[in-house]
Amino acid sequence: MSAGAAVVVIGGGVTGLSAAWWLARAGVDVLVLEKGLVGWEASGRNGGGASHYHSPLFHEEQRLWPLMDDLLGYPTEYRRERVIFALNEQHLADYRNMAAEGRKLGYRVSDLDPKQVRELVPLASEKTIGGVHLHYGGHANPQRTVQAYAWALQDLGGRIQQHTRVEGIVVESGRVVAVETAAGRIGADALVVAAGPQTGMLLAKVGVRLPLGYGRAEMIVTEPAPLMPIGGADGNGLYGRQTLRGNLAFGGGPHEWIEMGEAGPPGRPTSPVTRSLARRVAELMPGAARLRVIRSWAGTFENTPDGRPVLDRLDEPANLVVATMSSVGFGLSPASGHAVADLVLEGRCSFADIDKLKLERFANTPEDWLERRGWLPPAAA
Amino acid sequence: MPDPSAIDGKLAPPDEHAGVLVIGAGPAGTAAAIAAAEAGEQVVLVDENPVDPGLMGHDTPLWYGARMTAAVQRPERLVEQLAAANPALEAAMMLGVDVRLGVTAWGLYAPGPALRGLPAAMVGLADAERAWMCGFDRLVLATGARDVAIAFRGWDQPGVMGANGLHVLVQRYDAFDGRRIAVLGSGALGLRTALDAKARGLEVVAIVEVLGAPQGPPDLLAEVAAANIPVLAGHAPLRAEGGASGVERLVLRAPDGLETSLGCDTVCLAVGLAPAIELLQSAGGAIVSDGGRGGHAPALDGAATSLVNVSAVGDCAGPALDHDAWAYQAAWLAALQGAADPSLIICQCEAVTRGDIIEVRAPRYLGPPTERSRARSLGTLIADGPVNQDQIKRLTRACMGVCQARRCREQVALILAEAAGVAPQDVPLAGFRAPVRPLPLAVIADWNETEAMRDGWEIWMAIPGQWAPYADIGTEREFALLGGGSARR
Repeated sequence: MSAGAAVVVIGGGVTGLSAAWWLARAGVDVLVLEKGLVGWEASGRNGGGASHYHSPLFHEEQRLWPLMDDLLGYPTEYRRERVIFALNEQHLADYRNMAAEGRKLGYRVSDLDPKQVRELVPLASEKTIGGVHLHYGGHANPQRTVQAYAWALQDLGGRIQQHTRVEGIVVESGRVVAVETAAGRIGADALVVAAGPQTGMLLAKVGVRLPLGYGRAEMIVTEPAPLMPIGGADGNGLYGRQTLRGNLAFGGGPHEWIEMGEAGPPGRPTSPVTRSLARRVAELMPGAARLRVIRSWAGTFENTPDGRPVLDRLDEPANLVVATMSSVGFGLSPASGHAVADLVLEGRCSFADIDKLKLERFANTPEDWLERRGWLPPAAA
Repeated sequence: MPDPSAIDGKLAPPDEHAGVLVIGAGPAGTAAAIAAAEAGEQVVLVDENPVDPGLMGHDTPLWYGARMTAAVQRPERLVEQLAAANPALEAAMMLGVDVRLGVTAWGLYAPGPALRGLPAAMVGLADAERAWMCGFDRLVLATGARDVAIAFRGWDQPGVMGANGLHVLVQRYDAFDGRRIAVLGSGALGLRTALDAKARGLEVVAIVEVLGAPQGPPDLLAEVAAANIPVLAGHAPLRAEGGASGVERLVLRAPDGLETSLGCDTVCLAVGLAPAIELLQSAGGAIVSDGGRGGHAPALDGAATSLVNVSAVGDCAGPALDHDAWAYQAAWLAALQGAADPSLIICQCEAVTRGDIIEVRAPRYLGPPTERSRARSLGTLIADGPVNQDQIKRLTRACMGVCQARRCREQVALILAEAAGVAPQDVPLAGFRAPVRPLPLAVIADWNETEAMRDGWEIWMAIPGQWAPYADIGTEREFALLGGGSARR
């Protein structure tokens, strides 16, 4: 049996690791339990974007990212700013609407004409009709960031136990007292469940219902191109970035609703969607059309019925905090971890109102909601 | 109510269909195609040769070591050469096999529990201009084997190449731009490589073996002796030296500890071939870890893989060897890199050194390592869990380059095994992903995608309200946004 901890965090993805890191920064004895390797699921398989104007965590996200390399002590490859550019009027209107939301929140946004787009993004199509330049947001390297959280957590005395799947949660007198693993029982004074798709299955063990659907999405990456002034550049139905190495990494397009197991997804295959992604990158950046695609990858994620996070400390068990970011978690992780640590320590988020992210909003979600929404795996061919 | 942004109905059925699709027109693939045609089946046989010369410059798919003649710049003329080098191809064509040269199989997709949106099992094919999908009743993988590369000082210059790369340039392309070869490795592979080269009129200056005695079977050793090719056992290559056009000599340490030098323009590493399992593994086919079959090889029942209607034949099936591939390669790694300084480049594409791998260093473009990064290493990482090559790849970028790790996959695994003190077979295979050949965006792109794909394309899942600003949740404005608005991160 492993030694217990004041706070046990289930899930070594960005949200759980960030929460544990924030707790360790507050001097709390924290242990992260991860079913596999840290960051092995969606946390290490996303577009790396950090421009989430819609979230109550947005201001904290924007405040923290520029500080993260120093705070963590390891590189995240964070770069500020994003350019989103359009090949048609509908997209341009969408991007301007989106940028207006950032402006409304007090952030600097510039409208770009085609020439300005191509100055910032030299690979951009000559058919570009304009774009927006967000002087905030940006992008980081998900895989490097996940490991940075993990190492920074350890540097503060926090512990991570990989390859340790939680099989049960022990509740006594309305409080979590321990979790059960194949390696034995691990005591806890408080529990954070930040286990991505497995979050709902774990909560079900203590009679708490968190409705989730499960999906698979994919991305592609090319060989390196010369670095552009702004690497966080996308459009044409894509999300993604030019990495600091120069590779173009983009995702978007259809997801597949899948079944999910307690030990993980039944697989993470990519599909011929690779070809549709390649097409859109080639359309968006014709100057890159001869660049070779060298990899694709898929990741799996969970979604709540409204697509929004659940960040909540429950009434029962009273020392249990739930954290799912509902498929939009990487960029917000500096702030989501802060919020979760606050919920554990204070019972409320210290820097933002997150009351609309409580679990109770799904109390009346019908049992057959996945069928109603069509969030079911395709019928077999 | 279906989800209009989900994958359902968006992926097109294959553009064409083969009764039997055979990938690879080497001896095994050609024989399989002929057998299927003789049994009355409709057979398509594809082979990626002649390979795009740009890819050959990246040692893809084989380790050519930049020793190609200008002939490879004229792929259309090479087609005749390739046909001439494999007379069985003509027999296959006479039997009605649809033989396609210069066609690459870059992806295998099979329906599965996380890929139900796929209408059928299919293979992604491409020529120089475009890609398309081919369905099949039966798929035969005859993709051969890849060269196992192990770095030593000077290995990253023209003239250092692999045994299969040499074989293809000499025997199939007749486009080898070298004359004097030093062969590293005295197993059956090294001995045959030397004998074949000599038979083609090339000079083999020596076969070098780091172990104390020649390794190959007695009959081949007798042939080598009869051909007057010296076998230098107990000799460790120290470095390849050369000039602008590549290798000029190989410097060895003899058993007596003294340095000796072999004049040569080519150093051919013949210490192992890895079964080419990229397509199978990327599609979720079962792989076993077996040094007696060359390393990572398909799990087979006869020729059948774990994927429905997919079989593997020839070298990609991982035929039984007379030795343990990992043990032999590990001995070579120890001899070639044991005394090497940590600055030896292992991943040429990403300029990752041996020291970078063992110290788990972030790439140099991120600047000098932070103080905390310097305290991290493979040693601290494996204190948290078993060594994992994919994890090292993410952190160091070793194996992340345009050659798709063809030059460093096996040796990084060997280095990790050595440094972590585990057996090579216990280092988990770093996963392969489509496209298993680097193809230009414009070639792999689907320019003719389904209407459903085009009309239902969303950046992310288009869940109503997911992107509504937080302040608007529960307000009139939220409901207005739900009616229109676009999904946006």
